[in-house]
Amino acid sequence: MSKKKEFTGEKREVMSPPARDKSHAKAEINASMTKEDKVKILTDMVRIRRFEQAALQQYQKGKMGGFLHLYIGQEATAVGTISLCGEHDHVITAYRDHGHALSVGMTMNECMAELFGKFTGCSKGKGGSMHYFAPDKNFWGGHGIVGGQTPLGAGLAFALKYKELTGCCLCYLGDGAINQGAFHESLNLASLWDLPVIYIIENNGYSMGTSQRRSSAHPPEGLAPRAEGYNMEWDMVNGEDIYETRAKTQVAIERAHQESRPTLLEIATYRYYGHSIADANHQKYRTKEEIEKYKKLHDPIEVWKETLFEEKVITEEEAKSIDQAAKEEAASSVEFAEQSPFPPKEEIFTDIYWEVDNNTEAGQTGRHFFND
Amino acid sequence: MPQITYRQALNDAFSEEIERDPDVFLMGEEVAEYNGAYKVTEGLWTKYGDKRVIDAPISEAGFIGLAVGASMMGLRPVVELMFYSFAYVAWDQMINNAATVRYMSGGQTNCPLVIRGPANGGTNVGSTHSHTPENMCANHPGVKVCYPATAYDAKGMMKSAIRDNDPVFFMESTVLYGDLWEVPEEEYLIPLGRAHVKREGADVSIIAHGGAVITSLKAAEYLTAEHDIDVEVVDLRSIRPLDEETILNSVKKTNRVVLVEENKPFCGVDAQVAATISDKAFDYLDAPIKRVSSLDAPQIYSMPLEKEQIPTVERITQKVLEIC
Repeated sequence: MSKKKEFTGEKREVMSPPARDKSHAKAEINASMTKEDKVKILTDMVRIRRFEQAALQQYQKGKMGGFLHLYIGQEATAVGTISLCGEHDHVITAYRDHGHALSVGMTMNECMAELFGKFTGCSKGKGGSMHYFAPDKNFWGGHGIVGGQTPLGAGLAFALKYKELTGCCLCYLGDGAINQGAFHESLNLASLWDLPVIYIIENNGYSMGTSQRRSSAHPPEGLAPRAEGYNMEWDMVNGEDIYETRAKTQVAIERAHQESRPTLLEIATYRYYGHSIADANHQKYRTKEEIEKYKKLHDPIEVWKETLFEEKVITEEEAKSIDQAAKEEAASSVEFAEQSPFPPKEEIFTDIYWEVDNNTEAGQTGRHFFND
Repeated sequence: MPQITYRQALNDAFSEEIERDPDVFLMGEEVAEYNGAYKVTEGLWTKYGDKRVIDAPISEAGFIGLAVGASMMGLRPVVELMFYSFAYVAWDQMINNAATVRYMSGGQTNCPLVIRGPANGGTNVGSTHSHTPENMCANHPGVKVCYPATAYDAKGMMKSAIRDNDPVFFMESTVLYGDLWEVPEEEYLIPLGRAHVKREGADVSIIAHGGAVITSLKAAEYLTAEHDIDVEVVDLRSIRPLDEETILNSVKKTNRVVLVEENKPFCGVDAQVAATISDKAFDYLDAPIKRVSSLDAPQIYSMPLEKEQIPTVERITQKVLEIC
């Protein structure tokens, strides 16, 4: 009997997140949160959204080129997981990196200026949207090739273990990256060598414009069980819920810190915009109904706000003022980016070779570059 | 001065650097317990243990990417490719990550990493194990590429490569591993980016790198003995940075040049060298620049034919005689 199934373009299914489990609020890591901790989570998520909305506007005005992969809709993943990071915990991600960058404490100014290609950008205008970096904040990029950052994440964890530091690496990837060879090689090395790395699949359902169903073979439970083939622990997370995201990630962090063992987490999430802003088809490979459903019922910011109202942590008025402040901060970052200078031409040849930048004897020979 | 093999010179360089700097470690397929597929790391695992000498699974993209990540955090990995031909399965990690991470982070990240291994043909292992990717590697600003021909150079350059703060793609040769050369016992470093005149001469310059240096030296002896031509042999040693000064000085002295490499000719290293000479020493040339490269076909398996495919003393001699 042939299992071959022709693709007939049947009516698209409407994705749904897993059911919310409110018991995660009681997990110790959540029960011990202060009011300030909770407000900071909301503030960080709102800042990401307002920053990206401002960036989108500027993109549409032609202020920047290239790709702009928006994180809007996925905010709880970066904010929830990174809120757990301590001194020796490190972060590396793919090209949809604005959310992680702001979560680790990078400023809107340096991030917006980078989008504009300005010298005041976090990477001096040399990296762009996909290549934000802040090693001083344990943030190692911003990587443009799908899955290409996954061995690097293992390497950051390897270095922590080598230096005998109690820490871990949170290495984020999209659901599209799980079919890259480098990811599988990384899982093997992470488990084989007991590396304190947590691979976090931010599953937004679409590998660019191709749905999970059309791109990935996996067990019925989802993508994360692939970890079993590498003798690695895994878990599935509802990424609209901050409490669940934090509770389950904390288990993985403790495993990394205490046992130096890796984990594969799959966080169910959703992006409201296309793969990038250049993705004009994002309402063709999925339904408008689906996008609206997520915005209305599963928006991580709204879900968290409701939680904070229920817990009487903040008032509606306070939530509005957080939003207003984020809007103003974003507008001011646009202003900052506008007024910042482009990198001077000689910057093309800096940050390539250490010895040239540091003007050592070897760096002064003029033998490094080959121009007309 | 004691004589040691090219292989032993590298082994000594690793020992010295492992002892000098706790952040230096070796990683690769079969480098530890098996003592290295070509015995370059022989005895080091026994001496330094699991932390410093690490067997990796056959997973080049994985462990080279891991090494890039570890180097970003300040470690100094020295990673072995059993053959440089296997770089192609790790190409994304080597080029998109190692070569560019410093630039794309605006100088916030360093990648002090050595990726080393044999990059040569001539051993009848067919095309997949005989690639010479120094030209392709050197096409990427951000990496250094070198290819020593002697034990003395191999040791001094490897020590510099390990101490370098940028990724160094370090090419070796299985054909040269057993060659004996004088190497001093006391410590020395050879800076990357410096060519070396291996044989002084007045009539013609042969400029070569890697195994082609050894073939060129033999051709030079023959040309002097049989044709009374005084040949200078310049060993590039380093492909990027490239020591243009030594190249140009030699050409200005002899006014004739033959470029020899075991790379394929199209966009080979010598295409860059020829362009440099043509641009900066054209008026000193008394004859066209000549090139001898590997014959422009995938590397053949058959032994007698592969010997012909790689530059031979005969082919070099013939090119020199065309312009002298």
